[in-house]
Amino acid sequence: MVTSGKGGVGKTTTSANLGTGLASAGHKVILVDTDIGLRNLDVVMGLENRIVYDIVDVTSGNCRLKQALIKDKRFENLYLLPAAQTKDKTAVSPEQMRALSAELKEEFDFAVIDCPAGIEQGFRNAIAGADRAVVVTTPEVSAVRDADRIIGLLEANELRNPKLIINRIRPQMVKRGDMMDISDILDILAIELLGVVPEDESIVISTNRGEPAVMDHSSKAGEAYRRITRRIRGEEVPLMNLDVPDGLMDRLKRLIGIR
Amino acid sequence: MLEFINRMLGRENSSSKNVAKERLRLVLVHDRASISPHMLNQLKEDLIKVISNYMEIDESSLEVNLNQDDREVALVANIPVIKMKRDYAARG
Repeated sequence: MVTSGKGGVGKTTTSANLGTGLASAGHKVILVDTDIGLRNLDVVMGLENRIVYDIVDVTSGNCRLKQALIKDKRFENLYLLPAAQTKDKTAVSPEQMRALSAELKEEFDFAVIDCPAGIEQGFRNAIAGADRAVVVTTPEVSAVRDADRIIGLLEANELRNPKLIINRIRPQMVKRGDMMDISDILDILAIELLGVVPEDESIVISTNRGEPAVMDHSSKAGEAYRRITRRIRGEEVPLMNLDVPDGLMDRLKRLIGIR
Repeated sequence: MLEFINRMLGRENSSSKNVAKERLRLVLVHDRASISPHMLNQLKEDLIKVISNYMEIDESSLEVNLNQDDREVALVANIPVIKMKRDYAARG
């Protein structure tokens, strides 16, 4: 499951990119949108026009799982199970989610569950169905605080060793001392790092188009997601080099020996 | 102005990142201070174990609590001592 607590830090973008990345590596992948009432994974994936049935139709027995699955445009081994848009959060229960996950496990190599923001029923549902958790945060006080709370809740619910993705880091600001860096955040949250994604305009563009950035080889964020995907597959991949070239001031400072 | 000069000299104490870290540290101490009764009990038992090596204490009236105020969280323990154990090493 992909979770964060706070909204707007990039859960859905991360889910879309991880799912697409894993599928491009040849795995059979299902993306599950559990944000009932506020579905978004379909538009990020560019599949919004193909929805017939949704997750509530499946859990309530309106249709079979196979009927609700939407095949991706790019990869035939990638599917989406969309959230319901007209129901509310309580339309799926944790038990139903657990049963659904068991069914998905039979069919797919990876099920990427995109969580809603918050710690209410949608979050509890996702926990019920998940084996592993990825926590997304940004280098802001509010997002890191919520991530801390989420990590506590995950561990209290037997989802041990969640992994962290730090999203939207801005190397220039980190260098200036105006943004917390990777080690600051890891110090505070004390969990294992899965990856770091730089702030990147290409994410906006790829979301506009409904094409995950992980397929865009000129995108920095895409590169970061490709590396994260490889780590999920068990490879050891170094963190992306996010250093910014030294400005005039830095060179001057070094010259007069104060750095 | 001073802040600007500090920055030029690479002193980061006034940088907003450090402000963020300090604020986070405080807020998380508070967030995490909602310790479960189970954990608090374990802590009590461990405390009794350690302290009993050095002194006899009244376990029944032992109190351990987390007290919070605006700036900090403190672990406050009230442990009545009945008897000190002899410190043979000191006489030694």
